[in-house]
Amino acid sequence: MVLSGVKKNDKCRIKQVMGGGYARKRLYELGLNSGAELKMVKNDFGPIIVSMSGSKLAIGRGLASHIVVERD
Amino acid sequence: MQNIALVGNPNSGKTTLFNVLTGSNQHVGNWPGVTVEKKEGSFKHKGALYNVVDLPGTYSLGAYSEDELVARDFIVKGNPDVVINVVDSTNLERNLYLTTQLLEMGANVVVALNMMDEAESKKIKISTDDLSEALGVPVVSTVAAKRKGIEELIEGTLRAMDQKPRKIVFTYGKEIDEEISKLRSLLKEESLPYPEDWTALKLLEGDQEMLSIVDGMDKVKAHLESLHSDNVDYELDIVDKRYAYVNGITKKCVVKPDEEIITTTDRIDKVLTSRLFGLPIFGLIMYLVFQLTFVVGSDFLGGYVETAIGLFGELVEGLLVSIGSPDWLISFIIEGFVGGVGAVLVFVPLIMVLYFFLAILEDTGYMARAAYIMDGVMRAVGLHGKTFISMIVGFGCNVPGIMATRTLENKKDRMIAILINPFMSCGARLPIYLVFIAAFFPDKGGLVLFIIYALGIGMALLMGKIFSKTLFIGESSHFIMELPPYRLPSPSSVVRDMWEKVWDFVKRAGTVIFAVVALLWVLSVLPMGVEPYSQESILGRIGEFISPLFAPAGFGTWQASVSLFAGIAAKEAVVAVLGMVYAGVSEGSELVTAIRGSFTTLSAVSFLVMTLLYTPCAAVIATVKKETNSYKWAAFMAIYPFVLAWVLAVLVYQIGSLMGF
Repeated sequence: MVLSGVKKNDKCRIKQVMGGGYARKRLYELGLNSGAELKMVKNDFGPIIVSMSGSKLAIGRGLASHIVVERD
Repeated sequence: MQNIALVGNPNSGKTTLFNVLTGSNQHVGNWPGVTVEKKEGSFKHKGALYNVVDLPGTYSLGAYSEDELVARDFIVKGNPDVVINVVDSTNLERNLYLTTQLLEMGANVVVALNMMDEAESKKIKISTDDLSEALGVPVVSTVAAKRKGIEELIEGTLRAMDQKPRKIVFTYGKEIDEEISKLRSLLKEESLPYPEDWTALKLLEGDQEMLSIVDGMDKVKAHLESLHSDNVDYELDIVDKRYAYVNGITKKCVVKPDEEIITTTDRIDKVLTSRLFGLPIFGLIMYLVFQLTFVVGSDFLGGYVETAIGLFGELVEGLLVSIGSPDWLISFIIEGFVGGVGAVLVFVPLIMVLYFFLAILEDTGYMARAAYIMDGVMRAVGLHGKTFISMIVGFGCNVPGIMATRTLENKKDRMIAILINPFMSCGARLPIYLVFIAAFFPDKGGLVLFIIYALGIGMALLMGKIFSKTLFIGESSHFIMELPPYRLPSPSSVVRDMWEKVWDFVKRAGTVIFAVVALLWVLSVLPMGVEPYSQESILGRIGEFISPLFAPAGFGTWQASVSLFAGIAAKEAVVAVLGMVYAGVSEGSELVTAIRGSFTTLSAVSFLVMTLLYTPCAAVIATVKKETNSYKWAAFMAIYPFVLAWVLAVLVYQIGSLMGF
């Protein structure tokens, strides 16, 4: 499944970031690389918010739909 | 003097640490050739003076943004004696990523484990000794906001100055390591601005700057091309390896509680970013900020400044008369200097109060939420959520508004944000509205002001939409933004932040705007012997010459035309010139009466539309030139708002006339 489909409060692990270019590298450098564990904080409108090792990141919905995750 | 560089992630408390280290001994400039701000300062320790450079906050040392380029260029080429890496203790995993990049570069690093108090309250335990051992560099825990650990950090830094950095042997896995050594042997034959190891690594990462450096090196290029044709791409692998290295370290040195703690930030965010309340609360906060800005900044403090300038003017005039100065000198000093610069200084309180509140919003962490909340609205018109922050800043003055677009990483997003910023009605345009409101809508002032500001925002969004469909086609960059924890604003950093922007404005008032006002004064008294500010003066003739252009909009008088002409130099000059040409005084009830006599309600409305939207002031156009590095865009910035404003003003006047207003 993709990150934008994860429900609030659910935890997941990143399998792969699809697509390429700058956004992917930016995600990787922020620690959203394969294996990273995330918790969905908010997923209703606008960008989603995830928490990852204590910090919160807002990620645009379009980008979040390119992040393949598996649920824990 | 020895150099210390500060580097760290955004929100790691780097700027706070810089302020604590250097106190008031700092100055702000620009890095040569780029628009990134350069902060430098110094401190004294045991009689010796040390220079501190605050590098831009960055998550990585790639070459994607100017910020990153500046930071890494300084570390490699600026030869700092020590690099203090400010690290957010509550989020070591991500912060140490930057640390690994610093170590790769062979920098002499001292790690400041900042915000240790927050880590403790989150029950995160970090062993500084183990971390220091694992990274091979000194590690000092600090709480910059409470001035804790600063002495230890300084001592650790000074000790590190005398030592050579311990070279960490870094491995990216067998395959990549081999590729690095292959490239290194090819690079050995060339002359490079950077170390070979690091250049090789960056080349494998696909770093654009490195690729352009090796452009003329045939062997290196051939090798890279062969990798490319074999579909070998290590870019993300290298990032992964660095993270694996960091994770190995944090496993050894950090103990985190199993249960996640619900923080105050989480509770506040539940309300402030909620679907239902997020937008209304944001609207309310903005409304309060503007109310307070106008009431406290403009009416209350601005009134005092105005009175003070008036008194100062009388004092100077009395003095000049008493020593028998010639009339032209008195006129120049009183009307040109005191009147001109005074007209600008009246807005200092307004700008001060607005930026005071914006600095608080920034410091508490709310600004990131504002960008988040507005992203949906902005995206609907093809803009990036962060654009809204630059728009809010533009309400004070468009120059810092345009500079605030630097946080947009994508060129397209940034260009649009720059081009629409002047539609945000800046503080200097406010007195124009106030005079016309006093003349025509004395009891509907609030409503008229609201409509004017809303029209500005509406035009900005509309033009944003049009630009994103025409001039700048392509994807808007993705929204990725850290939402930092809420923090109580630190008074000193709020005041400092506000003061930097206000001082910038005052400096401009003292130079550019003064020059412009002086020039206008000269034009108004020449040729010799004419009545100053009369139709016969050069200024009056310019107004007369361009006035037919404005006739279809209902204000084709030489007076209105000349005030608009002056407004291109500086918006503050519009009311000042209207005052001079209509009433022979700068402002007040005489001007209001005179304006009521020479405008109709309809032509007043179309004039307001014109002043809101037409060509931004010279300082803004100069800023656009500087930020885009292009005369073409600066010219565009001067012309398109004028055309747009003229068309709208004419439409308002013509349609209004047909409807019988």
